[in-house]
Amino acid sequence: MPLWTLLGLRQGKQTAPWPLAEGADGQAAFIGMPRYNSDRCTEECRACADVCPTKAITIRLQAAESGRLDIDYGRCIVCQLCTETCPTGAMTRSSDWAFGARRRQDLVWQSSPFEPSSADRASRRGFRRSLHVRHVDAGSCNGCESELQALNSPFYNLHRLGIFFTASPRFADLLLVTGPVTYAMLTPLRATYEAMPEPRWVMAIGTCAVSGGIAEGGYASGHGLDGVLPVDVYLPGCPPNPAAIIHALLMFLDRLPQRVQGGRLGE
Amino acid sequence: MTAPPHIWVEPEHLRDAARRLRETGGRLQMAYAWYSEPSRLELRYVATEAGQSHFAVWRCAPNGAAPSLAGIWPLTGWYEREITDLFGLVFSEHPEPHRLMLHEGVNPIRPPFDPDYPAQTPLEAELKQQSVPEVAGATADVQLLPFGPVRADVFESGEFLFFYVGESILHYQPRLFFKHRGMEKRFEGLAAEGGIVLAERISGVASVAHVLAYCQAVEAAATCVAPPRARFLRVLLAEMERLYNHLHYLGHLCHTTTLKVGEAQGKLLEERVKQLNARLTGSRFLRNILTVGGLRRDLSPKGWLEAELKTLQEDFSVYARHLENTDSHLDRLITTGILEQRVAFDQGATGPVQRASGFDRDVRRDHPYAAYAELPLTVPVRDAGDAHARAQVRMAEIDASIAVVQHVLSLLPDGPIKADCEVPPGSEGLGFTESPRGTLFYAVHFDQRGRLARVKIKSPSFSNWRVFPFTVHGSNMMDYAINEASFGLTIAGCDR
Repeated sequence: MPLWTLLGLRQGKQTAPWPLAEGADGQAAFIGMPRYNSDRCTEECRACADVCPTKAITIRLQAAESGRLDIDYGRCIVCQLCTETCPTGAMTRSSDWAFGARRRQDLVWQSSPFEPSSADRASRRGFRRSLHVRHVDAGSCNGCESELQALNSPFYNLHRLGIFFTASPRFADLLLVTGPVTYAMLTPLRATYEAMPEPRWVMAIGTCAVSGGIAEGGYASGHGLDGVLPVDVYLPGCPPNPAAIIHALLMFLDRLPQRVQGGRLGE
Repeated sequence: MTAPPHIWVEPEHLRDAARRLRETGGRLQMAYAWYSEPSRLELRYVATEAGQSHFAVWRCAPNGAAPSLAGIWPLTGWYEREITDLFGLVFSEHPEPHRLMLHEGVNPIRPPFDPDYPAQTPLEAELKQQSVPEVAGATADVQLLPFGPVRADVFESGEFLFFYVGESILHYQPRLFFKHRGMEKRFEGLAAEGGIVLAERISGVASVAHVLAYCQAVEAAATCVAPPRARFLRVLLAEMERLYNHLHYLGHLCHTTTLKVGEAQGKLLEERVKQLNARLTGSRFLRNILTVGGLRRDLSPKGWLEAELKTLQEDFSVYARHLENTDSHLDRLITTGILEQRVAFDQGATGPVQRASGFDRDVRRDHPYAAYAELPLTVPVRDAGDAHARAQVRMAEIDASIAVVQHVLSLLPDGPIKADCEVPPGSEGLGFTESPRGTLFYAVHFDQRGRLARVKIKSPSFSNWRVFPFTVHGSNMMDYAINEASFGLTIAGCDR
């Protein structure tokens, strides 16, 4: 055992300074949500909408000043097909990942950004520095679980932020749900939520939980959490990277501001 | 790659063929069903024959029913139950004639893969407790512990039933398929390229293995071959995937043996590889790169990845040496969850699980694909069959993977990264990869319009979940979590 202690000590501090201080967040070179440059969009082109596998991009029947496309980032699985197909650079690659949003419509592209909704501060005051979360897999591909598990690695070290995974829903304040909600997981998911003490909150992690994603519908899958549980934070991504999950958790606790407004990151 | 030979087998001769395969040293790999025409259900069996580098494919037109082969090849039991649930075909004399894929209490108007099943109609279910064996004898002492489907910590959903007496487990029965999303059905009607994003999202931590098997299946149907640079880069991606999976596995195994620093170190190394993945491809799961015929875009791993892997290897070898010198860790692994070679073979164990029980089998070497034939590959094998052997195989595979990637980096040819692939209408193909967890198959069938008519996915965890309970019966509760971690199972790919 002293051997391990020595090995650990010799490594030095391995935890990323972010988000407590400026510095590396470990997300370098990560390709995130595609960015829409509406002024480069050309008439009668529908390349991106045709190639989008989850219908996150649709052509507006009547082009408005705010662009020709309806883009719902809550449906985006970050497959980059639109950025590869777009002939004019209207859809471009980006490194944008901080897509946690309190309202579903904040994930829908708008030329004039929404006012970000103010948080329900009063009810959450006692939880700002210590939050217990319970995770339920409602039919994910295991990508989101892999990133949630990464949060407890020394690099992200979620504990230092006062956020803990708990085994029982009885001790949980926040329910993290992944997956599109399969027919077989619907009842266990609701039972888990019912077992939580009030006040209780729900976060949809990953595009499947937000809208059903690539697995939406069919004979066995649902359409994400809407209509199943009341959702307090939506975080699309396929999967969202660990920093995006940390950002969404801290945003829920009012310790970081919401960055996405009108389907894009504000300053 | 030559097309596998197809042999038609009459239903009444299936058992003879299965027996002959066993006697001649072959192995049945998987079975699936598909509708070759809207009213014509066809069964397919994929087998390896001794000394053959191709897979044999048997075709069988069942006449309303087919004989179960589970008495000869126990591993086919699950495949047959899956076909019964999804296609409605009943296998006669099946030893376990229960629901598998669809839970008891689900009564669909038609089987979901029936061509007349109404599209986008969700299953309705009043879920019931699964059928379990009756416990005879002094039953008052036998306790039943149902655990799941929502388990402690961040885990995939699955339910586990333990019949136990004190500390001893009398009988263990997993109930999976809570996560069944009906993914195979989603491929139907898509063009070949449309299957890419789906295949990448069947099992997130095996995105490359899945999409590569899918692409190779389509390429087999189209009889096209990816250019050399793409084939080498495919190997590189597949081995980077193996690296982060195996490092995660070691960290998680330490978690179950309560070796805290070992857990932290394993997860730290895993995170380091995921960040290298992002630097290489923009995706921590190496998604959005592969496509039919090659790659979607070129990668530039040369000039930086060599050095990163060299330090990774140095740090890993210190870590592995520590693990192998920690008595408290080893005490909990050695003799835990022994998988006998015979059981491993009969029940269909694959990947590191099979190689830790003395089977020297790896499709990268035995049926080489991508650029594996041009690369030196070590396939580590252990005989003990316990949790320690399973961990040792994976540790040795990490060294082997790094060596393969270093070879790829030194041999990587220049040139195009994508070949044209035209899928002929009515064609079909079989693709396979050695994922971090074992052999993965994709069988694809195209219709007369060149659209996907059927995609069958055989994930390695589907095989290994079938095997796993045989190491739990008669063991004790304290060892369960360690044993489960030592199998390195995922549920998403198994459930689909």
